[in-house]
Amino acid sequence: MKAMAGGYARATDVQHALDLLAGADGMGRVLAGGQSLIAAMNMRLSTGDMLVDISRIADLRGVTVEENRLRIGALTRHAEIETDPLIAEHAPLLTQAAGHIAHAAIRNRGTIGGALAHADPAAEFPACVLALGGMIHVQGPDGTRDIPAEDFFVDVFETALEDGVILTAITLPLAEASEKHLLRETARRSGDYALAGLCLVKRAAGHRLSAFSVGPRPLLALAAMERLDAGDIVGAVSALRAEIDPTGDTQASAAYRRHLAGVLLTRAMAEITGEPA
Amino acid sequence: MTISFGNPDRPNSYIGKTVPRPNAPRLVQGRGKYVDDIVLPRMAHVVFVRSPYAHAGIGSINTVEAMAVKGVLRVFTGADLAKVCTPWVAVLAHLKGLKSPPQHALAVDRACWVGDPVVAVVANTRAAAEEAAALVEVDYTPLPAVTDMMSALDTDTPVLHPDMGDNLAFRRLHEEGDVDAAFAKAHKVVEARFKTARHTGVTLEPRSILVDWNPAEAQMTAWHATQAPHMMQTVLAKHLDLPEGRVRVICDDVGGSYGIKVHVYPDEVATAAIAKIMARPIKFVADRLESFTTDIHARDHEIGGRIAVDKDGKILAMDIDDWTAIGAYSVYPRTSAIEGNQVVNLCGGPYDFAHYRAQTSVVFQNKTPTCQYRAVGHPIAVAVTEGLVDMAAAALDMDPVEIRRRNMYADDAYPVTSPAKMRFEGLSHHASMTKLLELMDYDGLRAEQAELRKKGIHRGIGIASFIELTNPSPFMYGIGGARISAQDGCTVRMDPDGSIVALSGVTEQGQGTEAMLSQIVAEGVGVSPAKVRVITGDTQVTPYGGGTWASRGAGIGGEAALQSAMALKASILEVAGSMLQSPVEALDIRDGQVVDSATGEARMPLEELGRIVYFRGDTLPKGLPRELVQTRHFITSDYPFAFTNGVQASYLEVDIGTGEVKLLKHWCVEDCGRIINPQLVDEQIRGGIVQGLGGALFEEIHYDEDGQLLNGSMADYLVPMAAEMPDMVVGHVETPTMESALGAKGAGEAGTAGAPAAVMNAINDALRPIGAQVTAMPFTPERILRAMGQIED
Repeated sequence: MKAMAGGYARATDVQHALDLLAGADGMGRVLAGGQSLIAAMNMRLSTGDMLVDISRIADLRGVTVEENRLRIGALTRHAEIETDPLIAEHAPLLTQAAGHIAHAAIRNRGTIGGALAHADPAAEFPACVLALGGMIHVQGPDGTRDIPAEDFFVDVFETALEDGVILTAITLPLAEASEKHLLRETARRSGDYALAGLCLVKRAAGHRLSAFSVGPRPLLALAAMERLDAGDIVGAVSALRAEIDPTGDTQASAAYRRHLAGVLLTRAMAEITGEPA
Repeated sequence: MTISFGNPDRPNSYIGKTVPRPNAPRLVQGRGKYVDDIVLPRMAHVVFVRSPYAHAGIGSINTVEAMAVKGVLRVFTGADLAKVCTPWVAVLAHLKGLKSPPQHALAVDRACWVGDPVVAVVANTRAAAEEAAALVEVDYTPLPAVTDMMSALDTDTPVLHPDMGDNLAFRRLHEEGDVDAAFAKAHKVVEARFKTARHTGVTLEPRSILVDWNPAEAQMTAWHATQAPHMMQTVLAKHLDLPEGRVRVICDDVGGSYGIKVHVYPDEVATAAIAKIMARPIKFVADRLESFTTDIHARDHEIGGRIAVDKDGKILAMDIDDWTAIGAYSVYPRTSAIEGNQVVNLCGGPYDFAHYRAQTSVVFQNKTPTCQYRAVGHPIAVAVTEGLVDMAAAALDMDPVEIRRRNMYADDAYPVTSPAKMRFEGLSHHASMTKLLELMDYDGLRAEQAELRKKGIHRGIGIASFIELTNPSPFMYGIGGARISAQDGCTVRMDPDGSIVALSGVTEQGQGTEAMLSQIVAEGVGVSPAKVRVITGDTQVTPYGGGTWASRGAGIGGEAALQSAMALKASILEVAGSMLQSPVEALDIRDGQVVDSATGEARMPLEELGRIVYFRGDTLPKGLPRELVQTRHFITSDYPFAFTNGVQASYLEVDIGTGEVKLLKHWCVEDCGRIINPQLVDEQIRGGIVQGLGGALFEEIHYDEDGQLLNGSMADYLVPMAAEMPDMVVGHVETPTMESALGAKGAGEAGTAGAPAAVMNAINDALRPIGAQVTAMPFTPERILRAMGQIED
């Protein structure tokens, strides 16, 4: 099908983008990598959008370490995250995740800010940011705001991001020396959305576990985390299977996804502890 | 004149060599010409409003808002087009009892599947037509939908077409020997139920057609992505009331077909009807979403199978009960009964046994129609046969290779007729198996499997022997009354500069037909392939022929090309003999030169002969034949089909925690007779295997019980991708057919025929120690875990 856009404008800086969105009469849509938005438009699932292209805004790019946190600009592309040395050192979970996202052509264009704002419950980056305890930074007509990842993801494709507001960056705590990160997922084919996936972070303070593709939004598995901290892996598997809320589709039933999440957790813990599952 | 194929050092030995494809640079440089690349003056675009219901009555149609969209030219309903386009009924006389209701270019009273075209909107641009199509209001009355195959004939199931009496489109029972007696005295009887999922072909280039009607010439020209231009010429002429001679079908580059583009689609005929009404060029290119609901589907079968064996593993009998659901109409003109019919013809194919019963039941459904797709019926028949043979071997505690050795037709048994009444001219099951076992190091692989099993790694080895129907005679369609040519022709001419042009009735869809033809003509005439230009796909230019389908391009089209090329060589040499005052027998043509056949000494370049014939014909003796154009046709006559054979093996690992299958390696040894181009044959085998692996592990069209298609996009319908594909090793045995000088049989479908069975047997080999078995394709992680009892509810 042929896309039907309402208009297009390229923003020169964040303020310009905010002005364009404010003037779009509710039809404004932020265009970054376009890997979900353009596909939706080409299927006429979204029509009449006033596209505000932020992809040339230099301030929204780049990976830095600031004030003991890792800062990743919203426009940082998946392919850049896959190879960035600062990310590999301070948030290797994201490095692992990037390799699971779609295919090279999509990773060359898709951005982490876009992935977070789109909030596909099957996507890897939202679950990673949740497991890492990240902070999401946004800017709107009323100024900037910092939203903890745990408060950001609301429902399927729905976030705490309000209309007319742009996601500008995320920041993450730097990984401790002994910290372990592991992302495990099962997909029908390489690059497909996962049937179920887990992000596991083991810190001195305890375990953090998030799950994706098993509910309407990425889930921080608090009950399972508590069991893991207690050294009870079998209990953690049961807790995880109880707290996720998968739905069935043409690829797999809810029951399979629930079962799979437990298998992935057992295996991830075996890998982290070095003891066979 | 004969060619000594046994001597690889013979002159002009292009047949049997990998030569460059003449059309490859054009395609990889983006210089191809597909239907969508063609833009004509005054061309308009058509978009179809399609039924959102699986079954619904069509009431009033309001087009006022649609007509108001800028750029919209006309809107057509089914009633509008029925005035200029007659409906068709897809039955064939030799498929006794097959019935199907008349089908219109646009649905008239009733829509019968989600995607059935109902209204056509014509506009200056595709975008405008799409925008207007969304504004057409159709008053639908939803009707009960028939969507479950196995209950389609139950008395409480609504009858989809009341005029047809019931939902049974076709049923055929074949019985040979005394099946019940054989089962009664068997040492072991094994039975199972199999399922193959609904697939579609997913061509890179979607279905496309551009039709122009020129009233000044009273001629219709259709640029069409089709495999069978002459068949389409007949169809368009018949249903639009035109003389066949005033319909020209041209297919330039075609981006993949796999059988999808050999059928008549209502939206394409509607496009032609609209072109005739509007007297201007109309283009229709399906988008990917409508491809999933309107390209033919295939393979939607459920099969009950039984096999009886004696204590030595000899097959005594097979009993097959095949069911398939075809959609609301049999597809024109090849019909949708062929796939089920093939299952009856092909089950048990490699094996020498006596008692055979098979029945196929073909039922109507409110789903997208099904029809012929690559390796029609073969993947189903091979999966059922090879699955049962493996299960019988397991019941006897016999090696899967051994049970096949004990039952396959001996390599010197031919000619022979199978219990399904298929006639085999010459096959090589045992030689192929021997070669396969060498290539894969079967014993070594079994040892590795056993070793890894001790470490909790579950690997499986699966074997699948198969037969493959190629080079069809009129027994496939012609005897049933379809105007589909089993004969094919080739015209070869020499131009003044010594270059050669070959016009062939078979067609190219990306598989390398033109490369194959160029090297045959090059060898037949005696020039390098670079001197040969091949032209296919134009009904007003090429000899009449069937096109490319059912693995007939090389075997039928190739032989016509060889015969015409050798006839041209004889004509050239007759002129050369006169010019050189030499007996024709003493001359030959090698690398574009007339030479002394004994010494190879150059006597005259072809361009000199061309110069004399075309410009100084006065210097040749009056009455000397100088026909540097020759045409020959070929049709098979000794056998209805040229069967090929082969055997495949799959090695894979099952993750018993997640149910995932990792394909580790795949082997295929096949016998397509004379190999014309080894690389093209190997790539055909590999591509075919990939499509077979897709069916085994990934591809499945899902409908809900209301007949809504649930996975109509590339994100949800999983085609096999490179990352999941294993290394493939391809080997060959060559048993040429004696029906032709070339000796070639088809190679395009063998890979697809055997791959699903090999994977199924390998998975079950891996699962057997756990006591689990899968028989419903695709073998998803979930189906495997459920077979293992790992998932409750």
